Amino acid sequence: MAVKKICGIETEYGISTVGAIDPNPITSSSMLVNSYLALLAKKVGWDFVDESPMTDARGFRREFQLPPEVETHLVNTVLTNGARYYVDHAHPEYSSPECYTPLEAVLYDLAGEEVLRRSMEAAKKVLPAGQSIVVYKNNSDRKGNSYGCHENYLMDRAVPFSKIVEQITPFFVTRQIFCGAGKVGTEMNYVAKEEVPFQLSQRADFFEEEVGLETTLKRPIVNTRDEPHADASKYRRLHVIIGDANMSQFTTWLKVGTTALVLSMIEDGYLDGIDLKLSNPVATLRKVSYDLSLSKALALESRQTITALELQYRYLEAAHKYAARESLEALGDEQEAKEIIKQWEITLGLLESSPDSLADRIDWVAKRRLVDGYAQRHGLDFDDPKLAAIDLQYHDIRFEKSLFYKLKAYELFEQDQINDAVHEPPQRTRAYFRGKCLEKFGASVAAANWDSMIFDLGEDPLRRIPMMDPLKGTKAHVDKLLDSCDSASELIAKLNS
Amino acid sequence: MTEREMIKKTPQPRTEETVTEESGAQGSEKSDKLKAELDDILDEIDEVLEDNAEEFVRNYVQKGGQ
Repeated sequence: MAVKKICGIETEYGISTVGAIDPNPITSSSMLVNSYLALLAKKVGWDFVDESPMTDARGFRREFQLPPEVETHLVNTVLTNGARYYVDHAHPEYSSPECYTPLEAVLYDLAGEEVLRRSMEAAKKVLPAGQSIVVYKNNSDRKGNSYGCHENYLMDRAVPFSKIVEQITPFFVTRQIFCGAGKVGTEMNYVAKEEVPFQLSQRADFFEEEVGLETTLKRPIVNTRDEPHADASKYRRLHVIIGDANMSQFTTWLKVGTTALVLSMIEDGYLDGIDLKLSNPVATLRKVSYDLSLSKALALESRQTITALELQYRYLEAAHKYAARESLEALGDEQEAKEIIKQWEITLGLLESSPDSLADRIDWVAKRRLVDGYAQRHGLDFDDPKLAAIDLQYHDIRFEKSLFYKLKAYELFEQDQINDAVHEPPQRTRAYFRGKCLEKFGASVAAANWDSMIFDLGEDPLRRIPMMDPLKGTKAHVDKLLDSCDSASELIAKLNS
Repeated sequence: MTEREMIKKTPQPRTEETVTEESGAQGSEKSDKLKAELDDILDEIDEVLEDNAEEFVRNYVQKGGQ
């Protein structure tokens, strides 16, 4: 039985400092986070003790393989909704709290976008007149620099990592046909620019390996970072680095929903014996991204060929079998899980028959229609800077400037729900305990991270509360306890008794 | 948000019936609607687009990340 697919999304945002000469992106990122914190007037630091990004899921540790990340300790905080908000690699980054269903992951990703919007407003007040910081939810600067939108899924440690790699890779290579955010042009040096006026994905140009530990160089399709932030004897956390940051709520939902579903099927053996191994996954990733017809033949190791759509249908077929025989509890909500399968099927069908009809919900379709429509109306060449500007401005997160928000896409959540999620944690994971402790006892919280809280009760030593199970510390578990305590000391005393 | 509210928000934008319809007359109706909306946006887009597209695109430089 598959473990609950507790999931979350981490987004590194692109930033532009307008009106400043030679701005420093690290300073600007810090200013965003600090301005937001000043707005809240609360600050609890992040605890790094349990961070081990160099541990490899294939069973070994690598030391000194990556350049030192000196800037990671700059600004780092945790919010009352259970999220982490910080500066990473010269970008502001928001990591959502642990979510119980894919739909909830969408909500908390949107809450992150709202946090960034509020940060921009707050930063304006401290910047010199005429300057502002603008934030983009995309993954590339169109000059060969990429930054990520990572997904995380809780998985059963008992499933061999090699099996996950084999069975998820063809899915990852082709899911961009519905979850790509779209990009004008290519950033590959050896590809003729006129051959790729538009592609499905922001990220496909940046992947060089099939499997590996890196996230900033030689990016792999399957990332092996083995840092479960939970009981490592029971769980692993699949750290997915191949996705695009999506503007469309529906696209994000389908991306996380189908991925959680496929991972559950892998755990429950529903993809065993289905050989979809691609002969060259890295090259195929780009081939799929560059093929707007979705119909090019992709070579399998078995020497047969398959199209990206057909490959997705093979996973969908397995999902139907899975849903017919098993409960879909692993996805948190069976009704939602069934809806994921249904919408996946509908989306694949429309991609095949009339992709334009998905313009209100699939990012790459929406962006391509905007770009093509503008080019046709004004008779522009494929490499006109106006088209590249449309690409960038699609991802501007300011409602008044964002081309995505002008489209009035289909929405799963309304703004008042998103505003609530900026402060309120998810109720069915340990994020609830983290968020509520911060809200209630923030002054006594010395630090927090994914799997523990550290309290400063005014006397040595600091007290650490481990939270090794993402499914414990939910509202049902701890609400009464939290309600019954007036201070952190009381909470610790009750937890210890 | 309560569990009930989450479920209420479970997206149900299209049923199988509407998809079948979309391949027929209803589909072209939806296409027309999306086309009209696109035209509206294309009418307004210059007011929103950054003034100097070339400079805007050139100046958008990020340090690499993950």
